[in-house]
Amino acid sequence: MIKNLYNYRYLFAEIVRKNIKLQYRNSVLGIFWTLLQPFLTTVVLVLVFSGIFGKSSKLVVNYPIYLLCGRMLYEFFSQSTKRAMRSVRLSAGVIKKVYIPKYIYPISNVTSNFITFLISLIVLVAFIIFFKVTNNNPVHMTGYVFLAWVPILILFFLCVGIGLILSVLEVFFKDTEYLYDVFCMLIFYLTPVFYNVKQLHISSKIVRLGLMANPLYSIVSMFRSCVLYGEMWNWNWFYYAAGMSIFLMLTGSLLFWKTQDKFILHL
Amino acid sequence: MGEETVKPAVVVDDVSVLFNLNAEKIDNLKEYFIKLLTRRLHYTEFWALKNVSFTVQPGERLGVLGFNGSGKSTLLKTVAGVLKPTKGHVEVDGVIAPLLELGAGFDMNYTGKENIFLYGATMGFSRKYITERYDDIVAFSELKDFIDVPVKNYSSGMRARLGFSIATAVEPDVLILDEVLSVGDAKFRKKSEKKIQSMFDSGVTVLFVSHNTDQVRRLCNSAILIEKGVVTARGTADEVCAIYDAQVNSNK
Repeated sequence: MIKNLYNYRYLFAEIVRKNIKLQYRNSVLGIFWTLLQPFLTTVVLVLVFSGIFGKSSKLVVNYPIYLLCGRMLYEFFSQSTKRAMRSVRLSAGVIKKVYIPKYIYPISNVTSNFITFLISLIVLVAFIIFFKVTNNNPVHMTGYVFLAWVPILILFFLCVGIGLILSVLEVFFKDTEYLYDVFCMLIFYLTPVFYNVKQLHISSKIVRLGLMANPLYSIVSMFRSCVLYGEMWNWNWFYYAAGMSIFLMLTGSLLFWKTQDKFILHL
Repeated sequence: MGEETVKPAVVVDDVSVLFNLNAEKIDNLKEYFIKLLTRRLHYTEFWALKNVSFTVQPGERLGVLGFNGSGKSTLLKTVAGVLKPTKGHVEVDGVIAPLLELGAGFDMNYTGKENIFLYGATMGFSRKYITERYDDIVAFSELKDFIDVPVKNYSSGMRARLGFSIATAVEPDVLILDEVLSVGDAKFRKKSEKKIQSMFDSGVTVLFVSHNTDQVRRLCNSAILIEKGVVTARGTADEVCAIYDAQVNSNK
């Protein structure tokens, strides 16, 4: 399988390149949308929620950055898994004609989204610098910021795992898409993107369980520890998020491996 | 004894392919669960290929004859590696280029130039390898003026020409032809037939599917006949074509 992937590394690179190129073709601003989009949505969310959750306090430190951290990670998660989900079905024309290791499609789609996500992190850096320079409730920048790649990497593997599972389901059942849209909405509200869990007094056991079970909750929290609070993350988050992403990677790979020969009969 | 054994280009060893035919194709969860609950989820089994075995020597040009639904396309799909056989196995020595429905690997929003690299990568070739052949591909396709235009604005003939040019530029060891010799206008067709003839001369192995026995006689040096998933004849192109023609006439 490793040898197989090595032989098809050119195709992998071509698909990643294609996705990035095509995403911003025909738009005047081109790749700048990657930066403008998170910036604008953050401005909107700040305006909407600043009255309710936005009091910069000890809990959120700096609301715009708090929000940006959560939003960018969630956005990468939902975009990349949705793209991966459709990738195999959209490539039916090729898959029916030429032999290609099919796992290339979901993985390369997550990867291309990952690259645009990394580019969009510039916005976060710009915001941090802006607040630092204006000295307007600056974030606690410490050496822990250099550990921010850990939650990002965990998130990448989580998305690959989920992407593999979804792409298989989508081949066999077309309504996976609609169900997953609803699921993503659930994940969005169960991820502390615009609120802080400690600000809310959640009495519902189900909601609290949902928050704990959501690996994105742990990943976003880890990321904020590094970037915003400048402290070591809670190790429970790390164990859970890393465990979940390894588990989903294994499940996804196994499911894909077991079913890939049947794809052609359903496409 | 003493005879030098050449490694065959294609080995099809006892290949069988089973399809599940269900009256209605279930492709969404809702229907699946309804059928599962009402216990109406049953399949009819259908063997598209049954114990098919043959080998193709390097440089051999094999015609595959058979009526519609006899399993020709299924056979080519298993050789191309697209469809995994239920039983048995297929071995192909070298690079295989399927010329089935040209341009299937194109992205419509991509320009002709970008698609050349994408299509090349789909067949497993590096950017460097395609760059070396890029000028030849463009020249052969006669699409120099349109190469930076998105493929969605191409006519179907232009698309097929580009596909043909890429697929034949990479010097495959095994070529699968599925009645695609009628690409583009008359002028390009002549050119493409010439190109294929020159590939034949260079000793490429060919699998050629056709209903046209004249074409098979002209292009191939051996042939097989498939009936209902079983190989019923194997021999020289002339012998097998004669059997096939006799069947066509008797069915009249």
